[in-house]
This record gives sequence, C-alpha cells and structure tokens, in this order.
Amino acid sequence: MPIIKTTGLSHTYSGGTVFEKAAIEDVDLHIERGEYVGVIGHTGSGKSTLVQHLNGLLKPTDGKVYIDGVDIWAEPKKIRDIRFQVGLVFQYPEYQLFEETVYRDIAFGPKNMGLSEDEVDKQVRQAAAFVGLRDRHMEKSPFELSGGQKRRVAIAGVIAMNPKVLILDEPTAGLDPRGRDKILGEIREYHQQQENTVLLVSHSMEDIARYATKVLVMNKSKVFLYDTVEAVFNHAAEIEQMGLAVPQITKICMGLAERGYPISPNTYTVEDAKRQLTEFLGGKGRGE
Amino acid sequence: MLKDITIGQFFPGDSPIHRLDPRTKIVLTTIYVVMLFAARNPLSLLVGVVFLVVVYPLSRLPLSLVLRSLRPIVPIVLLTAVLNMFFIDGEVKLVEWHFISISQRGVMMAVLMAVRIICLIAGTSLLTYTTSPITLTDGIERLFSPLKKIKVPVHEVAMMMTIALRFIPTLVEETDKIMSAQKARGADMESGGVMQRIRALVPILIPLFVSAFRRADDLALAMECRCYHGGEGRTRMRQMKLGAVDVWGSLLMALCFGGIIAANILGAGMVQL
Amino acid sequence: MEAIIQCRNLSFHYGGGEGEDKRPEVPVLRDLDFAVKQGEFVVVLGHNGSGKSTLAKHFNAILLPSGGTVYVGGLNTADEESLLQIRSHVGMVFQNPDNQIVATVVEEDVAFALENMGVEPLEIRRRVDDALRAVDMYDLRLHAPHQLSGGQKQRVAIAGIIAMRPDCIVLDEPTAMLDPRGRGEVLGTIRQMNRDFGMTIVLITHYMDEAARADRVVVIENGKILLDGAPGDVFSHVDLLKEVGLDVPQSTQLCHELMRAGYDLPRDVISTGQCIEEISRLVERVGK
Repeated sequence: MPIIKTTGLSHTYSGGTVFEKAAIEDVDLHIERGEYVGVIGHTGSGKSTLVQHLNGLLKPTDGKVYIDGVDIWAEPKKIRDIRFQVGLVFQYPEYQLFEETVYRDIAFGPKNMGLSEDEVDKQVRQAAAFVGLRDRHMEKSPFELSGGQKRRVAIAGVIAMNPKVLILDEPTAGLDPRGRDKILGEIREYHQQQENTVLLVSHSMEDIARYATKVLVMNKSKVFLYDTVEAVFNHAAEIEQMGLAVPQITKICMGLAERGYPISPNTYTVEDAKRQLTEFLGGKGRGE
Repeated sequence: MLKDITIGQFFPGDSPIHRLDPRTKIVLTTIYVVMLFAARNPLSLLVGVVFLVVVYPLSRLPLSLVLRSLRPIVPIVLLTAVLNMFFIDGEVKLVEWHFISISQRGVMMAVLMAVRIICLIAGTSLLTYTTSPITLTDGIERLFSPLKKIKVPVHEVAMMMTIALRFIPTLVEETDKIMSAQKARGADMESGGVMQRIRALVPILIPLFVSAFRRADDLALAMECRCYHGGEGRTRMRQMKLGAVDVWGSLLMALCFGGIIAANILGAGMVQL
Repeated sequence: MEAIIQCRNLSFHYGGGEGEDKRPEVPVLRDLDFAVKQGEFVVVLGHNGSGKSTLAKHFNAILLPSGGTVYVGGLNTADEESLLQIRSHVGMVFQNPDNQIVATVVEEDVAFALENMGVEPLEIRRRVDDALRAVDMYDLRLHAPHQLSGGQKQRVAIAGIIAMRPDCIVLDEPTAMLDPRGRGEVLGTIRQMNRDFGMTIVLITHYMDEAARADRVVVIENGKILLDGAPGDVFSHVDLLKEVGLDVPQSTQLCHELMRAGYDLPRDVISTGQCIEEISRLVERVGK
C-alpha cells in the first residue's frame, strides 16, 4: 500500500466563473513508503498547491487524497491529525519561529499532538540532534540565532512531530553552497535513519539528481512524469523545454552526444561524465 | 482568503469625478457633510438628495455597487429610525397603545434622519470609490502642508500612511503564510473559548511583528540609500493641478449650498429637523 | 581609468565601545585593499559570513571603516557632509525585493530617490520613464508592488537606482530570494546596464554562475581577499574554492577532473559551449 495516493486530485479556483483557473488538475500519485521524491516544476506548475493538499491544508475541489490508505477528508473534523503524519516545512521556515526558547518552539508541534511531557522532550531532543543543534542552543531565544540556525530550528519543529512523510519546500532557498550541502546532508541522514518518506520540492535539478530516488515533474498544473532519476533524465530535452534548468553537465553531455561522441545525453553527474569520457578516450592523450 | 479584503474600496475609472483633484474632492465632501447637518427641513434635505442623484451618474460607478455598499449600514439606519419613531413626541398621535406612542412628527423625523444618514454614507463613499488611498493621502498631505509652518509633522504622517498602505497587502499575504505554517504544526485556530482562541493568535502575531520590524529596518536603510532625509527639499513627480473639472465641481457644490440655505428659509413652516 | 571606489587598508569590526558598553570585538574585514574602476563589472564571491556584504556596505557609507579609508568618487565616506552626494553616486540594491519598495505604485517608487534629491518634476518624469524602459517594466508602471513577482520587484528597485544616474550600482545578493526565472531576469538586466549604459556594477553573491560572465571576480574569505582576477583564472582554483565553501561550475569541475586523470585541457573553462569545444578538441588530438 503506497504511503501517499491521490486519485484525480484537482484544485480549481473560482470554479464555474470566467476566472476559473486550475492550480492542479487530475493528479494521480502513487508514492511508496521510504522513497525520497524530488518534486520539480516551473513556478506556477502546481508544486506548492499539490504539496499543501497532502497534509490537508488545502481541500481538493475534486478527487481524493489517501495517506497510508486513509481518505484524509473522510472525517473533516479530524484533518488536524493528518498534519502530524505529513509534516510540511514551508519556504523560509525561519519566519514562523515565535517561542521564547528554541526548545519550546520545537516542542510546539509535539505539544499540539497531545503527547506527555516526557514524550515531547524525547522527540524535541531527537529532532534537534538531527539538524545539528546542540544543548547550548536549546535554552536560547530563537531570535538570537543566525539565519541558518533559525532554519534548522524550524525544520526540527516539524521533524519533532515524527511524521510518516516529511515534505520540504525549497529548504535551501537563500543558502550558500556550504549551507545547502549541510542541510541536504542532514535530510538525507534523517531519511536513512527514520526510513520514512521524504518529498523535496526544489528548483535545482542538481540537488534532486544527487539525493532523490524518484522525481515528480509537474508542468502546467499536471503531472508530467513520476519516475526514477535516470528515467526522468531520459526526457532531459523535454524538461528543458518546460523552462526547467537542466544541470550544466547534462547540457555538456547533450552537446557532446550531438557531435557523435559515445556520451549519454542523459548524464546528470560530473562523476558519470568523467567516467564515460575516460572510457572513451582510453589511455591516449594523457599528460606527457 | 485574506487577500480579498481591500481597504477603502477604490474602483479605478476615468469619469469626471475620478478626474477631480483629490484636494477638491476632500474639501467638497467635507462641505457636503456639514451641509447635510445644516439642512433644517425636508426641502433642504431634498436638495442634498438631488445633488447625489446628479453627481453619482457622473462617476459612472455601477448602481449595483452603490447599493451593495449601502447594505452594511441598513441596520444602523433602521435603529435610528426606530428610536426616532418611538421617542420623539408630537401633537398628532398616530398610534397609542399602553405606554407606546408614535407621533406623526416621530415618523417624519425617523424618515428624515434615515435619509440624512444614507446621504452621508453615499456622499463619503463617493470620495473613497473614486479616489485611490494613495491619492487621498497625497491630497491630505498637500491640503495640510501649510500647517508645516507651525511644526505640524504633515510630511511624516503622510509618509507613514503611504508606507502603511503599501505594506498592508504584503503583510496580509505574510499572515496567510504564517497561519499555514503554524497550522501545519497542528495549531488550532478554530476551536475553544475566547481565551483559547486569543492564545492561539500568539504563534501568528509574534512572527508577524518580528517580521514587520525587520521590514521597517530594511526599508529605512533602503530609503536612506536613496537619499531620503525627511520632507525638506522634496519635489514630487505627480503634480496636482486644479482644472476645469474642479471649477465645475465647486460651482455645483456652491449651488447645492445655496439651495440648502434657500430651502431652509423657504421651508420655515415645515417640520424642522 | 579612474577608480570609482577605492578602499585602502580597510578594516571593520563589530562590537568594541568603551566602559559599560564594551563588547567583544568581532573582526569582519581585515586590512583590505580593493578598487573598482569605471565601467567594470565586478563580482564579489564569498560564503555567508565571509565579509562580502559588510564590504559592500562600505561603498555607500552604510558602514564606516574601523580602520583604513574608503573613497567613493573621490569623496571620503567618513565625511558626513559628503553623505548624500556619495549615495547619489553609488546606488544600492538589497536582497529582499519587498523591503525596498516604498510607494504603492511602481512608477512612484522609481521616482522616490529623485524626489528626495529635489529634482524638477518634469525631469523626474523623463528619468523615471527612461529607467522603467531600461528594465523592461514600463508596461507595469501603474501596478501595485504586491502584484509583481520577485524578479519584477527587483527590477523596479534597480530602476529606482538607475533613475538617480549613479556612477556605480552595488547589488547585495539581489537574486538570493528569487526563483530561477527571476534570477535570469535580474542578471540579464544587470548585464545590460553594464553593457549598454556603461554602468559600473559590483555584484555580491555566492552563486558562481553569476560570476561567470563578469569582467573580474574577487573571492573574499574571512575578511580578506583570497583571489582577484578574470573568471577563468579564479575558477581554475577548483580545490581552493571548494575549501572555502564555494561551488565551481560543473564544466570547470569536469575539466579539472579530466586534467587530474592526466588529460590536457585548459584550466579556465567555464561555459557550457567552451567545455564542449575544448573536450571536442581533446578528442581530435587523441585521434578518435
């Protein structure tokens, strides 16, 4: 049974009027437990809308959403419970911090779940450890921390709810390369340790290529493709057409393939390109 | 959702009313309001009504819009009418039942009061419908600028109003985002008694305030980098010039004014407001 | 060519103070010498915390040096009397697109600086229209800021600066909060300002692909200048750049890896086209 399933999921604004606009249309998804899914699409393709349907923040105008086999809108009054199972970290999450101490802010989610103080404490400390926050940070005011640390606190706040699915909307927005590598590394470790499901919404095909097992490509409110990273890169040319930036290495390999060299135009890592080139070039041409 | 709330409901257009200088509009609206209260009898009030009937079509605002704007005040109007009806005494009694008495004068007053309130709202709404908030602020600033001489901080207040108007939609959007983020962590804004709901606002208000302060800091810096140094020596790109429309508008208002005074005198024998 | 911005022995630290107010000094800039010539397009690269933004803030006297001097157009930034003049020579665009827009209407915001400078109304109108056309926002001049995308807002901010007809524009991470499309728009606009209007540009960023098309790249690390030269030269120091937490274009990485494996390739490959060319030439040389 897939952890996330949607059938005919649609969300239309101003339905029935001349201003009718579909934010997402007819989305059918089957995401298995344990996957690390990269969600990619141009601005306005429906990524954010889709993702907000998975934790019940938005209600479908048509179609259904199943989390772990349960239709989340079967009992609308209990929709809050879904938000504890599907944790959503928004873009620039550090702007949502409000508590007096880091500890208490991270504890906000678990407390809302109605857990006992001991359980809350355990989950808060575990979450803090995942994002690299130390004990000395816990009693500080979140507003005293640096931007990168604040973001960690915000992410910890969602991880602390121990969700079955963790969705992160561009968690590296605004970070420099070092910050980006750190956060993505921590998320990967989290995913491997918890063995739950992670969805990463991103504009960077490089990041997705490096960390994801599957890729969901959204285009103009519809699902274009949901498949493994390799399979998605087989459509590299089409993806470029959609206005998504294909990694530079892929463009280079596309160019080399065009010239007739035996390099795959769907290569998406530098390591792979190097391997293919050294194989092709053989031992010739090595330095004197 | 929150994005649908707009301040002062401005409807852009190119009618003569839209084209009036905002200063003219502010002054004339003020005069109109004063006149409404100076009206002494049904005849004078009628002049005020006629004025609106003449001016509203000039604004080319759809009638449905106007009616919709009047809907919220219906309760107030009714309340005033009812109070007048039951509590104003007169000689001719229409209804007498135990301690409740409704006099003819009471009914007259009720109707006249109601009409006055409706004219008041309709008249001031015309101002806000045809003038954008920023133009209004500009108009107020320039009208009051002579007061700068006696150290009234006209420019500063106008600047504050402009910045507030500029950021309202942005802050509304941000509130939406913060609410979504907190709901995603299980915040419950819907249930519970008054105290619980107020406490549920804390995770929304604190981030909003922190963000607003940060914006203010950033904005102040950006303004300084663009050579902002207070109101001294500032010029304005948009020049306000009085035109023919303003002359016509003022004449029309003067006519209305004269009409009300005349009606006051002529109708001395009527029911007095 | 004259130096528009001249920093000599520039040092800066936070903290300090005396007596009760004394706080530990945190050095951010250490004895820097830095100059920008008329018409140059300089990119200052560095990870967050390297001191790049602090350096930028000295260029229009937002910050004053703790040691050394900064001259802008021949004026000393420490001289209070010159403040407004300096700021009309060097305009600054910041990271957050929203927090720079003061007015409720685009064209009024572009006019803001000119109104502050007491420019005559008809002249303001002319310059505003010119500036809006230069950034391709003339059609949206009557829009409200909240109706614009991030990229559009930044272009409005840029228009507001170029209306001042400054000698130099400093942009502090202007694309950090934008999506790829917005980034492309803003970078295109910046390049156009330099190319078509000869405006001196100082672009602060941590994105190396923005540095690729500059005239000159300066890498800052720990408050000191680490590298200063043409993009090709700077990027050839692949290992050093990785050490200081910066990315190198995948093209440069690939060539670097191939060089390490013994193949002969130039060290300063940056663009996709260049990479494809050089590898093709390598293939020819090898005789495949």
